[in-house]
Amino acid sequence: MLNKTLHISTSPHIVRGVSTTDIMRNVVWALLPVAAYAVYAFGLNALLVLVTAVAACVLTEHYLCRISKKKTTIGDWSAVITGLLLGLSLPPHFPLWMTFAGGVLAIALGKFIFGGLGYNVFNPALVGRAVLQAAFPVAITTWYPAFSADRFGVVDGSILTFPFLEPTYDAVSGATPLAAFKFDGAITETYDLAMGLVGGSTGETCAVLIILGGVYLAVRKMMNWRIPLAVLGTVYVLTALLHWMDSQSYPEPGFMLFSGGLMLGAVFMATDMVASPITPLGVVIYGAIIGLVVVVIRLWGGLPEGVMYAILLANAIGPHIDKWIQPTVYGTTKTSRGA
Amino acid sequence: MSLFNFHKNTFKHGVHPPEHKSETNSLPIRQFPFAPVIILPMVQHIGAPAEIIVREGQEVVRGQLLAKAGGFVSVPVHAPVTGTIRKITNVPSISGKMVPGIYLETAPFSNQEVHGNKPVDVETATPEEILQGIQDAGIVGLGGAAFPTHVKLKVPAGKTCEVLLINGIECEPYLTTDHRVMLEQAEDIFLGIRYLLKVTGAKRAVIGIEANKQDAADHLTQHIPADIPVTVQVVPVKYPQGSEKMLITSILGVEVPSGGLPIDVNALVVNVATAAEMGRLLPHGRGILERVITITGPAVKKKGNYLIPIGTPLRYVLEQVGVDEQLSEVYLGGPMMGVAVSNLDISIVKGASGIVAFTEKEVSRPTEILPCIKCGACVEACPISLNPSKLGILAKFEAYERMADEFHLMDCFECGSCAYVCPSHIPLVQYFRLSKSVVRKRSAAKKSAEHAK
Repeated sequence: MLNKTLHISTSPHIVRGVSTTDIMRNVVWALLPVAAYAVYAFGLNALLVLVTAVAACVLTEHYLCRISKKKTTIGDWSAVITGLLLGLSLPPHFPLWMTFAGGVLAIALGKFIFGGLGYNVFNPALVGRAVLQAAFPVAITTWYPAFSADRFGVVDGSILTFPFLEPTYDAVSGATPLAAFKFDGAITETYDLAMGLVGGSTGETCAVLIILGGVYLAVRKMMNWRIPLAVLGTVYVLTALLHWMDSQSYPEPGFMLFSGGLMLGAVFMATDMVASPITPLGVVIYGAIIGLVVVVIRLWGGLPEGVMYAILLANAIGPHIDKWIQPTVYGTTKTSRGA
Repeated sequence: MSLFNFHKNTFKHGVHPPEHKSETNSLPIRQFPFAPVIILPMVQHIGAPAEIIVREGQEVVRGQLLAKAGGFVSVPVHAPVTGTIRKITNVPSISGKMVPGIYLETAPFSNQEVHGNKPVDVETATPEEILQGIQDAGIVGLGGAAFPTHVKLKVPAGKTCEVLLINGIECEPYLTTDHRVMLEQAEDIFLGIRYLLKVTGAKRAVIGIEANKQDAADHLTQHIPADIPVTVQVVPVKYPQGSEKMLITSILGVEVPSGGLPIDVNALVVNVATAAEMGRLLPHGRGILERVITITGPAVKKKGNYLIPIGTPLRYVLEQVGVDEQLSEVYLGGPMMGVAVSNLDISIVKGASGIVAFTEKEVSRPTEILPCIKCGACVEACPISLNPSKLGILAKFEAYERMADEFHLMDCFECGSCAYVCPSHIPLVQYFRLSKSVVRKRSAAKKSAEHAK
């Protein structure tokens, strides 16, 4: 006689098995080559910046959970992503105490006060970076050339500045391609940009590795490929148009695509799932807004780079895009669709 | 809608769960033994319960009418075995409720010959006579919905049926009943289609089959009678293509209007096993006595496709096929939309297309629900293009009216694709089921309040 207590549950009784933690962990995998190349290009200083940023984010997440008497959420890996992205968006010799402060603020202001994972309006790493940019405008725009000979032997003095002190810089050691273009009208070769042979933020140099990471995530369906395509496509089309009209004043589209933080921002920051719209059409509009703002800031604004502000602005618009654009439900026409 | 109607041979979105059909799809249909006691609920269909016309102690023959239809939206129940009516009382049902029913003791050593009634001849019968014959045979949708087939086939005044779709999709993982029926009962299917064409007045019939059953599609194509307008169409494998609306979109390239029925686009959909049953029963005036069921899943020892008498207790079925020590959950139907069984004393009903048994291992699913990260997987899975992410958030806030009014909650047919893909393991379709029932209750209450004024 079959006597067995059965469990009951409601359908579906099977799940696909890809978890949110899996997605986050894979984003970290995709970022690791980018980080490794950054360390290769900028040496020990970059490594210290990256480690400090990740540690700051993870510790902040952990202790904020403790303080609010919740189970710690560092196991979902999302704080690691925030830390990596923050570190990659900073100059490779950025003072560590500032890096740490940026990480704390990224998690606390960018994520936790909104309710943690799933509720952040803005990309947390960019919130952290925006605060740092406002607080330390000199430190965050002081660049160093890649591949200096002693990069694995010497830790730069400025990086170890005591907390609450600003480092003193002897001279600006190297301009980024974007700054060189903005202030001197100099153009860097696209090949050098794509392969990461130039100065810049820790992680914004090797576009090829960033694209590979993005392709990996897109193939595994862990990233919305429409976002980077919309961002980069918009930048390309707008710049190509301007360059065609006036090739003296405006750079070639290739230079725009591969310089600065655009690639890192388009592939890894604009694609923050929580802070981007949810419908296919919505993300295309969102990506186009980012691309447009980047072009406007870079070509006509006072700053050499505008990716961070572009993404933060689009993050703010994102929920409204979701309000305007909902999927067209099966069996309804556009006119009968709900508000 | 028609603007973007470049025909893709399938519907938009959907998911691809592991199929697990190879375990049973090559196993021919086998007759299952008669259980010593048969339990027959009078509610095996959607609609009014059947009315019992026999008394306790009465001896009945296999195929004899035990209960007549309790109205138009109702079907009769026939004796699946020759034996004695032991008790007329309430019997357990899958929903957990007790429903009126019959305990029928099987007569040992009976030859179990089937008793027939008034035959319905496909050549001479009028559409009305065929409809009556379908109801008299107790036929309901065998794909799982168990809606009385004669009700569905009655084309409302002012509407016409152009195309008859025969549903051989069987998109639920694990299940292979329709697959075997198509391979083994082609003649019955085509005879059933003759009845169906006559009843509905449809100009043609299309048998829709997913690409993982190419052998069935080839077999049917070879056996199409020359004198009836039937074609076989193979469509890509995707869940939930077996749903009526999705099938219509896949085959015909049109969408059934929100809140509408297939007949609104001049189509009717009938499951392939239902068609086969019609072809088998109507010429002899018989009632539905047994059905093909796939018994499968990691916890089942003798997996297979079995012809099982209606009313066979589930406990008896599982004892016969043997189950794993670690048996944890049993589903009536497939793993995507099937219902978990709480009580093995329920019996096989007409709508049961499969029994899937899982061990502890398969059901050990994550218990932690993470926040929605708006990854959009559900949006790209939903076959009717709802926004399950948004609906899930609204459900948490109990904003049921907004869900229904602004986000088309009531269009959800609970296929479960959203919950299947959700990386945060949010029980989306489960929320929607609850939300829908709340909305239905509230709107019913509102209506009755308006009546009272």
